[in-house]
Amino acid sequence: MPFINFSKDEIQCKIVYYGAGFCGKTTNLQYVFNQMNEESRGKMVSIDTRGDRTLFFDFLSLNLGKIRGFDIRVQLYTVPGQVHYDATRKLVLKGVDGVVFVADSLKVQRKKNIESLINLAKNLAEKGVSIRTIPLVIQYNKRDLGETDSELLPLEVLEKDLNSMLKVPSFPGSALKGTGVFETLREISKLVVKDVSRKIMLVDQQFK
Amino acid sequence: MNIIVTKEDLSKINFYLNKVVSASLAHSILLIDRSGQLITQYGNTLDIDVLSLSALTAANFGATAEIAKMLGEEEFTLLFHKGRSENVYFTAIGDHVILVTLFDDRTSLGLIRLRINQISGDLSNVLVSIFEGGRTVPLGEPERRS
Repeated sequence: MPFINFSKDEIQCKIVYYGAGFCGKTTNLQYVFNQMNEESRGKMVSIDTRGDRTLFFDFLSLNLGKIRGFDIRVQLYTVPGQVHYDATRKLVLKGVDGVVFVADSLKVQRKKNIESLINLAKNLAEKGVSIRTIPLVIQYNKRDLGETDSELLPLEVLEKDLNSMLKVPSFPGSALKGTGVFETLREISKLVVKDVSRKIMLVDQQFK
Repeated sequence: MNIIVTKEDLSKINFYLNKVVSASLAHSILLIDRSGQLITQYGNTLDIDVLSLSALTAANFGATAEIAKMLGEEEFTLLFHKGRSENVYFTAIGDHVILVTLFDDRTSLGLIRLRINQISGDLSNVLVSIFEGGRTVPLGEPERRS
């Protein structure tokens, strides 16, 4: 749920990067953190294990400028991807306004992508949120591995596996090299802000 | 659903936070919701990254609540971290909000808890009107872009 603060004329939104383990959620945030200027972003906080796996979440706060006089502050979170961290994924999803589903393009990860998307739908449903209506963007990550010996799933197969029912905006990307990272972030921010703006229009006459 | 905090709400909330800070010598208080969004801060928090602190606090509180449930408790009522000079005390106010009090060795946990207990009922009433008083605007299902 977005937090609309009429005292500071600020709106805070929460975007969660979701996906299977090692699909590149944290790498997306690290790229954003490294590329944005210090005035527009806060510190990046990570709770991870020594093996680079996210234990709880990563957190990065961004200022995206103004809409209708309100400062838009977006808070990016990642979840731990491993199956057995479901309880912490549920905690991070609390109050979510938009989701980026990061899919791993490696062929061997096909099943894990699908399982993770089903897990997202289930965890959202437990919070009374439908995966069909929440602002959602899919990123097909690791496309750069196509230049190596790794076997990748074609984009059409990924679309069919993950997006044939949802029909949400999707982007090929490489979080490591930065391809598609900002396209994904821009799109999810646009969808979330559009969703929130619609709500503001309904309430600002009432409360300002 | 969205949560709206008006200037009037904030001045009421700050009135109670001021009462705690001035009567307990705590140096600052953060009021955050359980998803990690900062509602307001009061006192001297100039050097602290309050947004990160809010996210971590909500996660910490949520994780501890899950541990409590696993042990058959509804929630742990006392959550306190003690450092060499800085201490943090977490209190749930109602179902939606966590009060985070930062204090040093000029005061004591007992005094902090006493002052918070004195205002928690009144503060809770203000928060209930924000979170449950029909202020949230339920909206129809947004259309998915094609």
